[in-house]
Amino acid sequence: MNQKQKRTLYRILAAALLFGAAMVVPSQGAVKLVLYLLPYAVIGWDVLWRAVRNIAHGQVFDENFLMALATVGAFLTGEYPEGVAVMLFYQIGELFQSCAVGRSRQSIAALMDIRPDYANILRDGKLEQVDPEDVTVGETIVVKPGERIPLDGTVLEGNSSLDTSALTGESIPRNAAPGDDVISGCINQSGLLRIQVTKAFEESTVSRILDLVENAGSKKARAENFITRFARYYTPAVVLGALVLAVVPPLVLGGGWNQWIHRSLIFLVISCPCALVISVPLSFFGGIGGASRCGILVKGGNYLEALADTDMVVFDKTGTLTQGTFAVTGVYPREMTEEQLVELAALAESFSDHPISHSLRQACQTPVDSTRVSDSREISGKGIQAQVDGKTVCVGNAVLMEELGIRVEAGKQAGTVVHVAVDGCYGGSIIISDQVKPDAEQAIAELKKLGVRRTVMLTGDTREVGEAVASQLGLDEVHAQLLPADKVERVEELLKQKSSRGRLVFVGDGINDAPVLSRADIGIAMGGLGSDAAIEAADVVLMDDKLIKIADAIRISQRTLRIVRQNIIFALGVKGVVLLLGALGMANMWEAVFADVGVMIIAILNATRALKIQNSSR
Amino acid sequence: MKKRYNLTNLDCAHCAAKMEDAIKKIEGVRDASVNFMTQKLMVETEEEKLEEIMEEVVRICKKIEPDCVIHM
Repeated sequence: MNQKQKRTLYRILAAALLFGAAMVVPSQGAVKLVLYLLPYAVIGWDVLWRAVRNIAHGQVFDENFLMALATVGAFLTGEYPEGVAVMLFYQIGELFQSCAVGRSRQSIAALMDIRPDYANILRDGKLEQVDPEDVTVGETIVVKPGERIPLDGTVLEGNSSLDTSALTGESIPRNAAPGDDVISGCINQSGLLRIQVTKAFEESTVSRILDLVENAGSKKARAENFITRFARYYTPAVVLGALVLAVVPPLVLGGGWNQWIHRSLIFLVISCPCALVISVPLSFFGGIGGASRCGILVKGGNYLEALADTDMVVFDKTGTLTQGTFAVTGVYPREMTEEQLVELAALAESFSDHPISHSLRQACQTPVDSTRVSDSREISGKGIQAQVDGKTVCVGNAVLMEELGIRVEAGKQAGTVVHVAVDGCYGGSIIISDQVKPDAEQAIAELKKLGVRRTVMLTGDTREVGEAVASQLGLDEVHAQLLPADKVERVEELLKQKSSRGRLVFVGDGINDAPVLSRADIGIAMGGLGSDAAIEAADVVLMDDKLIKIADAIRISQRTLRIVRQNIIFALGVKGVVLLLGALGMANMWEAVFADVGVMIIAILNATRALKIQNSSR
Repeated sequence: MKKRYNLTNLDCAHCAAKMEDAIKKIEGVRDASVNFMTQKLMVETEEEKLEEIMEEVVRICKKIEPDCVIHM
C-alpha cells in the first residue's frame, strides 16, 4: 500500500470505531446527530469537498457528487446510520479498487521487467558502464553472467546459455557461441560474452517489445467501448429515475415524501457504473499481460477479443508449419544398402555448398572423408558428377539422369528427389524434404478442440508436397503453387466464405507475407523478432516459433472474454434487481451499498483472474 | 505524430474514459487514448499544434479529475 492508501485505511478504521460507538451509545436528537456526523466527517470530508469542487467545474454526474447527495439525503431524512455506512463502504470499495489495480499494474510491470539498466562497453581498452541508449552499432559490449543482454548483437567471444523466459515464456535455456545472434532482454546465465552490437537501443528487441505492450491499451476492445458508452447513459438515467421516484409518487399519491425520497437515495447509491468501468479494462489488461508472459504479444484489446471467435486459421507452410530447413526423409536404394547410398551421395556432394548437400552430409552416419573424392564437377541446375573411390558417381535430378540415359523410378514420396547413378547404372533415390515442426500436429488438434472450424494451408510448393504435409497434420484444405501475391487473393476469397461473426486468422513467419498478415482479421507473425515489416503488419506476435502458442492465445482470449461477460452480466443483474426492489420499497441502503461496492469488489477479484494464465507448453 | 505522457493520481476509470472522449474532441487531435491501467496518455496530432493542444488537454484534465497530473 502506498502513503495515500494507508491514510485512507486509517480513516476507515477511525470512522468505523466512531460509527460503532455512535451505534452503542444511546442518544437522542441533536446529540445523536453529532455522534453520527463525527464518523461521517472523518470518512466523507474529501468526497464532499470533491463533489463541490467538481460541480463548480460543471461535472454533474460525478461519483463524488452522487455519493455526497445520497448520504446527505440520508441524514436529511433522519437515517443517520445509513448515511455513515454508505460513505464508509464507498471508501472501503475505493481503497480496495485502488489496491487491486495497483497490484495488477505491478505484476504486469514485473512481467515486463526486461529493460536493461546499463551496458558494459569496451572503449579504449577499458570497460565502462553506460546507458544502453548511448551505445552505437558496431561497438563491443561485455555481458557478465547474471546480467541482461542490453542490445541485440552477434557473439564475438565466449560461450554461455541464455535464459529467454522473460521474452518467450520458454524455460529451456538457449546456447550462445561465437557467431550466434543474440537478442536483448535475455539473461546471460553462465559465461562471459563479448558481443558486437548490431542494432541501436531503440531498434533492439527489448525496446520493440516494450513499445508493443505499452501501446496495446490504446486499441480498445468492443466490450470496453460498449461499457464506456453504457456508462455515459446509465448514470444520468438512474439519477433521473431517482428524481422521478422522489417527486412523482408523493404528488400522485399525496404525501409520504420521506419514504419516497429514501427510496430515490437508494437509486443514487447504485448509479455509479464503477464496477463495470473498472473491471472490463482490468480484465483485458490482465489477459494481454498474461499472454505476454507466455511470449505472445497481443497488440490491442480488440485483437484479444477477436481471437476468441476464431473460425478459420490459415497457415503459411514453409517456416510456419515446417521448419524451413531440409533433411533426408526417405532413402530408396537399389542393389546397395541405405547407408551406402547416402554415403555415396554425400561424398559426391562433399564440395558443394547447396542446402541439399548440407542435408545429405548431415544424414550420412560416417564422417565424410573428402580425400576419397576427386574431379568433382557441378552441372548447373542438374546436379554433380564426381569420382568416388575410382567410380564415376552422378548425383542430381531426373533431367541429369535422362541426359545420362538412365531410366529412373517414379517418386514414391513427396519432396525433392535426388537420384544417384554409379558408373552409368541407377543406384537409387534419396528424398529430401522440409520437416514438419514437432508440435504442429498437436497444435492443429488443439485448435480444433477450441472451436476452429477450418484449417487451411497456403504454399508456394507443389501440390504433392503440400498435400503430404496437410494429411500428416490433419489440415482441412491446401492451396498449393501460389505466388506471394496469390496468397492475398486466396485469403480474400476465404474471408468471403467465413461466417460473419467468425474471424480469419493468418499465421506466417513474416517473410514475404506482410500484406497477407494485414489483410486477415488477425495476423499472427511467428518466430517473432525477425522481420520488422511483419511485426508492423501483424496483430499478434509470437516470440518463438511454437505453433502451440496459437492455441494458447485463443485460450487466453476466450478465458478473458468469459470473465468480461461474467462481470457485465453479474454487475448489471445485481444492480437491476436492487433498483427494482428499491423502487418497490423492498430494498434498503445496505443492499444498495452491496450492489455498488460489493459488486465492484467481486468484479475486480474476478477480473484479476485474467492475469493468471494457463500455459499448455509448460 | 504520437506523443505519450505519464499520468499520476488518475484514480477513476470512468474519469479516464471521460477525459479520453473530451481530448478526442479537441480540434487538431487525430487520435487520443487515456489508459487507466498503464496511467498513460497518448495524443496524436501535428507537431506544430502540440503545445496549444496540450494546454487544452491540461485544462480538460483539471476539470474532470483535478487530482490527476500530466507529466510533460
